[in-house]
Order: sequence, then C-alpha cells, then structure tokens
Amino acid sequence: MSGSRTRQSAVSSRTRLTSGRMGPLWEWLFRIAPASWSEYVLQHWSGRAFVVAVPWLWLALFFLVPFLIVFKISFAEVRIAMPPYTPLIEWVSGQALAVKLNLANYTYLFTDDLYVSSYLYSIKVAAVSALWCLAIGYPMAWAMARSTPTWRSVLLLLVMLPSFTSFLLRVYAWVGLLKNNGPINSVLLALGVIDEPIALVQTDFAVYIAIVYSYLPFMVLPLYNNLEKHDPALLEAAADLGARPATAFLRITLPLSRDGIVAGLLLVFIPAVGEFVIPSLLGRTDQLMIGRVLSDEFFANRDWPVASAVAIVMLLLLVIPIMVFQRFQTRDLERGR
Amino acid sequence: MKRRELFRPLVLVAGFAFLYVPILSMMIFSFNNSRLVTVWDAANSPTLKWYAALFRNEQILDAAWLSIRIGAMTATGAVILGTLAGLVLARFGRFRGRTLLSGMTTAPLVMPEVITGLSLLLLFVTMEQLLGWPAGRGVLTITIAHVTFTMAYVTVIVQARLAGFDDSLEEAAMDLGARPAKVFFRITLPLILPAIVSGWLLAFTLSWDDVVISQFVAGPGSSTLPMVIFSKVRLGVSPDVNALATILVVLVAAAVTVGALLMRRQEHRREREIQLAVAENK
Repeated sequence: MSGSRTRQSAVSSRTRLTSGRMGPLWEWLFRIAPASWSEYVLQHWSGRAFVVAVPWLWLALFFLVPFLIVFKISFAEVRIAMPPYTPLIEWVSGQALAVKLNLANYTYLFTDDLYVSSYLYSIKVAAVSALWCLAIGYPMAWAMARSTPTWRSVLLLLVMLPSFTSFLLRVYAWVGLLKNNGPINSVLLALGVIDEPIALVQTDFAVYIAIVYSYLPFMVLPLYNNLEKHDPALLEAAADLGARPATAFLRITLPLSRDGIVAGLLLVFIPAVGEFVIPSLLGRTDQLMIGRVLSDEFFANRDWPVASAVAIVMLLLLVIPIMVFQRFQTRDLERGR
Repeated sequence: MKRRELFRPLVLVAGFAFLYVPILSMMIFSFNNSRLVTVWDAANSPTLKWYAALFRNEQILDAAWLSIRIGAMTATGAVILGTLAGLVLARFGRFRGRTLLSGMTTAPLVMPEVITGLSLLLLFVTMEQLLGWPAGRGVLTITIAHVTFTMAYVTVIVQARLAGFDDSLEEAAMDLGARPAKVFFRITLPLILPAIVSGWLLAFTLSWDDVVISQFVAGPGSSTLPMVIFSKVRLGVSPDVNALATILVVLVAAAVTVGALLMRRQEHRREREIQLAVAENK
C-alpha cells in the first residue's frame, strides 16, 4: 500500500492525472485475487500502468503476434493435414530440437511470373489510382475549404456520407453502371458516340474508376483538414504584392498543403495495393492483383505457407509507405489539430 | 476574380456528382420491374417487388441481424479499447512502449485487409491448437478481428479530440483532490463524449461493411451480410441487392444527418456556456 503511495507522490502533477487506483472495481479485484498476486500488483503497478496495459496487450496479441505467426508459417512446407503446414521446430528422434527453415516459398514467388507481375500490377494500379484521387480530390478539398462555414460542414458531411453506406454496395453500383447493357453504354449509344457497346467491366479502367470512387473521401478529408487551416492573410498579402492567383497558389497554398497531399496519397495507395473486392468484381481475369492471388492461394489452393509468404513480401513492399504515413499521422495528432 | 468564383461551384458540383450519381442510379433501378438490372422497363415501373422479395429472403435477413449484433459488440469493444489507447497517447506523456503502441494504433488504418485477415486467422488457428480457445471460428473470432481493426479509428478520433483541449480542467480537478478515476469520469469523459459517439458509429459502420477480414475469420454458419452480398454479386447483379442498398443509404443518410445536427447543437450549447462562464468571471 505505502509503496504505491510513495511512487505516486514522486511523479509529476501531469502524470498524477491518470495514475493511482481505479476505485471500487479495482479494490474488489484485489479482494478476490490471491494474496501474493495482489501484493505484487499493489507494489509495482498503478492504475496508470493498468490503463496502458489493456490496449497495449490487446494490440500486441491481435495485431503484432499474428504477423510473427504469418512470418513463421511462411517458412513452413505445405502438407495435407490440419493445420496444413509442417512445424518449424521438431524433435529429431526425441533427442535434439531441429529448426527447419524452408525458403522455397520465397524463391517460388520470385521464379513464378504470376506473382512478380501481380505485385507490379498492384503497385501500378494503386499508384495511378492515388494520383487520380489527388487530381480529383485536391480541387474538391480546396473548393470546400473556401466555402462559408455552414456550407463547409454540409459539404464535409456529404463527402463522408458515401463511406458510411456500404463500400461493397458502392462498388456494386459501378458493376451495374459499366455493364454492356448498362446506362453508360446506353447513353453513349444513344448519342451516337459508339456504334456497339464497349466492354467496360473486367478492364483496367473499371478498376481505376472504382478505386478512385471508393477511396476519394480518404483523399479529400486530410487535404480539407490541411487546407482549411491556411491563413487567408497569406494569399491577400501575395495579391497585394502583385502575385496573380495562380502564382499565389503555386507558391503558397501548394507548398503548405504538402502534409495533406502525402497523407492522402498514402491513405489511398497502401490499402489499394492489397485491394481484393474491387478487382474481384470489376477487374481483368488475365491479370490478377496481389490481394486476389493471396486469397486464392489460401482458400482455393489451401497453400497456407505460400499465402503467408505472399503476405510477408507485400508487407515488405509497404513497410516504407506505412512508416512514412505513421510519421505524418503522429506528427499531426501530437501537434494538435 | 470572376472566373474563380465560377470555378469553385463547378468543381463542387462535378465532384459531388461523381460521388452521388452511382448511388442514385442504384436507388432508381431498385424500383425497376425488369430482372435485367440496368434496362429500365418503363411500362411496369416503378415497382416495389424487389423490396418485397428482400423481406422474404431469410438468408439476407439472418445475415443482417448477425451483422447488426457483431457491429454493436465490435463498436462497444472498440470504443472502450480505443478510448483507453487515445487517452494514454494524448495524456500520459512518455512511457516505455509508447512508440510501439502508437505504431500499433496507426498501422491498422492503412493495413491491406487481406493481410489483416490472413494474420488473424492464422493466430486463431494457432491459439486453438495451443490453448483450445477460441474453439472454432464464428461470431467471436469475427468480433475480435473487427475490434482490432476498428479500435485504431476510435483511438485517432479520441486522441485528436483530447489534443484539442489542454489539460487545465483535469489539472484543476486533480488539485481540488479528485481521484484519477473520478477526474476521468467527471471531466475527461464528458469532454470527449462527441468523439466517443462518432467513434462508436464509425466502428459500427466499418464492422457492418467488412467483407475481406470476415471472410478469413468466419466459420461455417456465420455469414455476415456483406459476405452474403458479395457471394450474390459475384455471380452477377441482382435487383434485390439494389433494394437493400437503397434502404441502407436512406437509413444511413437519415442517421448521419440527425446525428450531425444533434452534435452541432450540443457543441453550440457547450461553447455558449463556456463563453458565459468566461464573461461572468471577468
């Protein structure tokens, strides 16, 4: 008891805020727990540590550990059993532990053209889509940020509203629109632009448009958050000094919105690389995206080790973008919005 | 200057048309009589027959109910864990493991779903082998997976909200002798309540919407609504899905609008109270 008291008084007033014991529930827990355990916790833990530990342990168990397991299984060999892979560590004739690292899954990925081309294709699709999102999303975010405050909140709501409805159903809407006998082909036919329906589904175009459509809010929101904070006095000053609007935009607004641009690009690019639903419904059948390959390896071929290796390589490709995104995200949050 | 004034509304109209025309077309075709989803049968439309078909479809109704239950459990779990994580990151200063925690809360925001799904399934399989828990896969494993990827969003919302306030109110309560738990429930929690409400709703919608992760961690007999729709849509377009989408869009639009209006009123009232309090103390 006294141990935790002295610890408490030693910490600064800022940390005192969330330290200390947690009230009746906490005390009750101590009453029913074995004596030595509660003694230990009282001596060494405070409420503060408990509050940190709960989300930390949850994420460690369900976010971090799973990656280690995927990593481990990517070195195993496939076999017909449950689970369908060989153990890495085995007792060899009951005497010694043998670690069997099997790199075949990785060499297989790089020798079979299917995987390499799927990775490259996924990266291309995600990058092009992210740039299109920027091209469409930047003017939108800019126009929103320059609206009156009432309009701003309405427009913000309108940007977010589609993402609150179903992602799957919004992709499905495009399946209907792009079909051979769908509205887009009908309109083009009626206008005489084309003589017979053009194939729009199962093309790169369909995948791009669906990704841009579904991920556009993820581009607009960070850009809007950034652009909205710009001080209009800067643009006025530029105008007073004789800069034309285009110059002022290029020299002031664009450089200031760099963080928003990077955040938006990454928010679109990273998840789009592993996109599964959109290419499954609208994509080409002769060129798969890597998310589909992973899923097929897992569900159709039941080759868990190869699926794991596909996931690990995808993660390696994305590790740098993810870390850059994290840096921007934490910087933004810690600066205070 | 004149040209610019025209440019802004034009951009907005074009952008929002892009966002809403597909949704609207889906809604219009839900009243179409023809089985061919995209050919308008002018003679017999509009009709409500796909809505009637939808409400007779046991599979869809069961799946919707399952998704609602999973969504509510997920949102509640994600709000509890996400609020703790947001509080820790915004208010606890430095501690051991902070960088890791902040990394583990932002990475799920962008992690491709196939990776999250695969890794969680392999975790559940390994745990079942080693511990015998969770036995099999179903509602429990889906909920755990959903809590894990949605709590990141709640964390970010709560953290951003807390970063918007300085901790002077909390400090004052501490100085007046309130214990940490009391400070949290009397001061911090009411301040971040709007963030918690939007976090709950966001977590619910993300869970309600998820296909990919659910497909990995679901077991036989636990098909959520998106899983049922996905398998239906994969076989081709079907008009009752249009009807379902229309109902969803209308419900969500109504809920979000009402929610936003209520929250704005609340916010206005709070600001007014703060202003009054400041004025009185002058």
